[in-house]
Amino acid sequence: MAEHSDQGGRIFEVDDIRVTFETPDGQVEAVRGVSMHVGRGETVAVVGESGSGKSQIMMAAMGLLASNGRAEGAVRYRGRDILNVSVDDLNKLRGRKITMIFQEPMTSLDPLYTIEDQLSEPLRVHGAMSRQAARARILELLTLVQIPNAAERMRAYPHELSGGQRQRVMIAMALANDPELLIADEPTTALDVTIQAEILQLLAELQSRIGMSILFITHDLGIVEAFADRVYVMNKGLVEEDGPTARLFAAPRTDYTRMLLAAEPEGTKAPPPEGAPALMEARDVRVTFGRGPGLFRRDTRLEAVRGIDVTLRQGQTLGIVGESGSGKSTLGRALLRMIPSEGQVAWLGDRIDGLGTEGMRPYRKGLQMVFQDPYGSLSPRLTCGEIVAEGLLVHEPGLDGKVRTARVSEALRDVGLDPAMRNRFPHEFSGGQRQRIAIARALILRPKLIVLDEPTSALDRSVQKQVIELLRRLQRENDLTYIFISHDLAVVRALSDYVMVMKDGAVVEEGPTGELFDRPATDYTRALMRAAFDLRGLLADKAA
Amino acid sequence: MLSYALRRLFGAIPTIFIIITAAFFMMRIAPGGPFDQERTLEATVMENLNATFGLDLPLWQQYGMYLGNLFRGDMGPSFIYRDMRVQEILGEGLPVSVQLGLTALILALVVGAALGTLAALRQNSSTDYTVIAVATFGITVPNFVVAPVLSLVFAVMLNWLPAQGWGEARQMVLPVIALALPQVAIIARLVRGAMIEALRSDHVRTARAYGLPARMVVLKHALRAAILPAVSYLGPAAAALLTGSIVVEQVFNLPGIGRYFVQGALNRDYTLVMGTVVIVAVFVVVFNLIVDLLYALLDPRVRYD
Amino acid sequence: MTDIANPAPEIAAGEWAAGRSLWAVALMRLRRNRAAMASLVVLIFMALAGIFGPSVAPHDYSEVYPEFVKVPPSFAPYPQEDQIVPAAEAALARARVDIAGIEVGDGQVEIDVTSERREIDPRIARYLDRSDVFSGTEMVTVADDGLSATMRADVAQLYFIAGTDANGRDLLSRILISLRISLMIGALATGVALMIGVLYGATAGFAGGRLDNVMMRVVDILYSLPFVFFVILLVVFFGRNVVLMFIAVGAVEWLDMARIVRGQTLSLRRREFVQAAESLGVRSRDIVRRHIIPNTLGTVIIYMTLMIPKVILLESFLSFLGLGVQEPLTSLGVLIAEGAKNMRNAPFMLFWPAATMTILLFALNFLGDGLRDALDPKDR
Repeated sequence: MAEHSDQGGRIFEVDDIRVTFETPDGQVEAVRGVSMHVGRGETVAVVGESGSGKSQIMMAAMGLLASNGRAEGAVRYRGRDILNVSVDDLNKLRGRKITMIFQEPMTSLDPLYTIEDQLSEPLRVHGAMSRQAARARILELLTLVQIPNAAERMRAYPHELSGGQRQRVMIAMALANDPELLIADEPTTALDVTIQAEILQLLAELQSRIGMSILFITHDLGIVEAFADRVYVMNKGLVEEDGPTARLFAAPRTDYTRMLLAAEPEGTKAPPPEGAPALMEARDVRVTFGRGPGLFRRDTRLEAVRGIDVTLRQGQTLGIVGESGSGKSTLGRALLRMIPSEGQVAWLGDRIDGLGTEGMRPYRKGLQMVFQDPYGSLSPRLTCGEIVAEGLLVHEPGLDGKVRTARVSEALRDVGLDPAMRNRFPHEFSGGQRQRIAIARALILRPKLIVLDEPTSALDRSVQKQVIELLRRLQRENDLTYIFISHDLAVVRALSDYVMVMKDGAVVEEGPTGELFDRPATDYTRALMRAAFDLRGLLADKAA
Repeated sequence: MLSYALRRLFGAIPTIFIIITAAFFMMRIAPGGPFDQERTLEATVMENLNATFGLDLPLWQQYGMYLGNLFRGDMGPSFIYRDMRVQEILGEGLPVSVQLGLTALILALVVGAALGTLAALRQNSSTDYTVIAVATFGITVPNFVVAPVLSLVFAVMLNWLPAQGWGEARQMVLPVIALALPQVAIIARLVRGAMIEALRSDHVRTARAYGLPARMVVLKHALRAAILPAVSYLGPAAAALLTGSIVVEQVFNLPGIGRYFVQGALNRDYTLVMGTVVIVAVFVVVFNLIVDLLYALLDPRVRYD
Repeated sequence: MTDIANPAPEIAAGEWAAGRSLWAVALMRLRRNRAAMASLVVLIFMALAGIFGPSVAPHDYSEVYPEFVKVPPSFAPYPQEDQIVPAAEAALARARVDIAGIEVGDGQVEIDVTSERREIDPRIARYLDRSDVFSGTEMVTVADDGLSATMRADVAQLYFIAGTDANGRDLLSRILISLRISLMIGALATGVALMIGVLYGATAGFAGGRLDNVMMRVVDILYSLPFVFFVILLVVFFGRNVVLMFIAVGAVEWLDMARIVRGQTLSLRRREFVQAAESLGVRSRDIVRRHIIPNTLGTVIIYMTLMIPKVILLESFLSFLGLGVQEPLTSLGVLIAEGAKNMRNAPFMLFWPAATMTILLFALNFLGDGLRDALDPKDR
């Protein structure tokens, strides 16, 4: 490659790039002049919260912008501009010298073709390989990314693979033509922490073996710290700060970076006093989905919760931790009698497990729930005030209109929103504000227990932290009891005083937060914690 | 795949049965009878006629007899075309209608998919707008307008093609176009929408990110996903073509089965109407079965449902 | 790409204190869609023409002018100059008089008549009056011998802007009345379809499970049938009745609506805001009323505008086959069918109704598309 200029080993450069989108509601500037570069063999991370424009830079560089998007500036591969070239010229690089893996392993592969078929495409297009040669290479690649039974899995369709396996297939595809640069766009965001750790280990290992550069886009500072040599911090379409990872983490130079670094949830929760009364007692709770076998029908039964006991005392926060499919959300809903379940549930001494919709209604006032998705949990055609007031209409129907408005205003103030906003509609609020509205809706009924189902998972870290603080304050002020369901161990550690770890519908381990986090008793919990808190050590171990 | 096909097949049989039953009773409950027009008939002659055709028996018995005969392949005698069995009458027309319908369907699918793809690839260009305009025209202008206008322009004024008759390829051109046009339009719109969505989908982005040639991205990855809605529309499309063929056969004076339906219904020719209903039901159900299997063949995800 | 799909709407302090609902946003988007707004204007104009047109039009839709069968459209009044003389001759053919001379001028006509043997009966004026062309005939002068006379008559000034049909009825009036009938059938049948479809779909979607399976299987079966055959059966056996017809048409068209509403309901039920309402203890009927219906409304409106043209087409199709509305009432389908029969010698008889129908359907389609874009922008 001597014929191309190779400034100081830089293989990839972005020079003052700007990305704008024409939307029906006007022009949106997603990237407002950003420059960055990647050296040979280097791992560079671009970190930023949602809407920072970090992904759009890479989409622009690879010619993948949505049709309403436009990019200006320059992107250079080995000194040659690739932003303003024809698609044919770009195609000589894409999939060969520069490859990419994406956030959504579920949808990034074509559901209509087999793994082999899709993996063979870049090989046959760029390497002009025969079908046989391609097949041999695919087998080699799938083995390289540690897919078990590679010869057999080649014939599978994407929907027959798990999320982690699909991401491995994507990595195999990315490595097919020995690229010089791999752009990874949030490749582990949709995966569980243990799978995330495995994928990151795999990437690190492959890099040290093959020697390609990696440009890693993420919102997760833990990954950046463990994985990257150098970092660019992005905010609102601009680079806030950049530098070597160690330096940036040790001595951040801008307020924004400092804020990001400080956004890790912190603090602990003390257990309720010794004599606190029991609120809820549940014995041997079981939930089964699906139907038994029948004519032309397979047995689709799935035991999502398999006999769990829960005891909850006034003022407690019970953290339920588990990966996707562990049954943690199902358990939460079963305890609130939102789905049919077996086993006993007692609330303040009353058995509520046999109750139907009507029978449960009087109890609903004391038992509230907050959901994960702040975009989906608010009715889009009702105003914020109507949403918050809904519970009052059910449980205190005789209330005077003025009193109701006053109660709504009070609840909104409690969650840190201006009551003047109550006539606005959900789509006019940001994600964090919406989650506050959802909390206000639960709070207005002055409940004793709130089940929080991943309430912070869809939020950026910095917003997450504010919501956690809010939940803490509300608990203190209103003597609330929480069941906090999450896959995020850091958040659970900060909020709960008692933790249950779930896997495959059963409790693997439980205990007071401090004890459990300090001395996990099972291999599963240990693996979970290592993946969540010690990514760096995990990667270092693997490399050694 | 086999169990899927079997499941679909077993589902289809009761459907045909239900349709036949519903049509049979609906028609019989309606007032009027096949010999009403011949008012001059004496009561005894009328009774004789009714006895000959079994119309004096209780309704459920007639129904049982009809089903029994149908099972043996006999659709009964026509009440109006004396001395003809219904299967003989329809047997003559069926090949014409099937040929007309299938040609139109294939034409609609090919042209519709091509237009839709073209429009989606050049979204918001003049090509796109032209296709949208043509598609809107095809949907809004009914084939009972298109058929006579085509006949007027190309047969009467320009004298390029024959205005009626059946048997030569030249005679097929105008009826097939008139019949296919609305379906071309609907399929073009469907494919355009699905194609735009497919082109924005993550897996097409992957294909582009891996430098696959544009032709391959479009034809292999986007089109296969985009054609799926059109494939599932083929069932309703076939039904619409059957309806349309009534008009087209009338305008171009074709010896298909469409005319028997309206005539048969107007004349209370019970067996003839039932015959057309049976044929249509079997055809539509079998066709839907084929479409379902085709869909499953194109989309591996369905096979496992 | 998720970053851009939802540009977080930052709320500037003090702005929109009242909030901007999704409806308001949709209306704003619709206003910007020029094709949809033009279609709306056209549709309003057509609806007004259908409602008031027939009573304003100069001719009754059922009035027959035997002298003016299939006359081409013209802005000049009928009878035209060269038609007056033949018309007078034809009218006086049975009066047993000879026409000596006819003078046409200024909305009047003067006819000199002679008779060889008998005296001219002044009552022959009636022969002229009987024709649609002439009125107010009077004998101006009668010769002393009674063998010659001069008659003066007013010549009618009939305007047939769109020509007349095969029976000599004014096509414009017939188009206006058919517009009324077609729009009425479209609206009423859509109403019937809407009611059945929304109820059926919402029930299936909200009940879920096995009931949903059975209900949707029924729809699948019906959907795959050429249901027009059943409509034809219905119409044939239960008489050709406009009311029955739109019930029949509505009964066919509810399937799409049921499918759509059911899909919407089902997906809404899975949405967290419905679960949130359940966890608050909100009653099922209030959940449906407050959360499900308002959120399906957009989709329902879109499909309603797209259903009206389908219904109008179906009605026209039945009318074309002679199964629709009956004389002297008419619909666009009937007019088109007549036009198709006469297109070789009177092409305007096909052109005007077909053009009206096309414009009407185009407008409905564009409006429907515009509404979809406005209410459901991600569908674009």
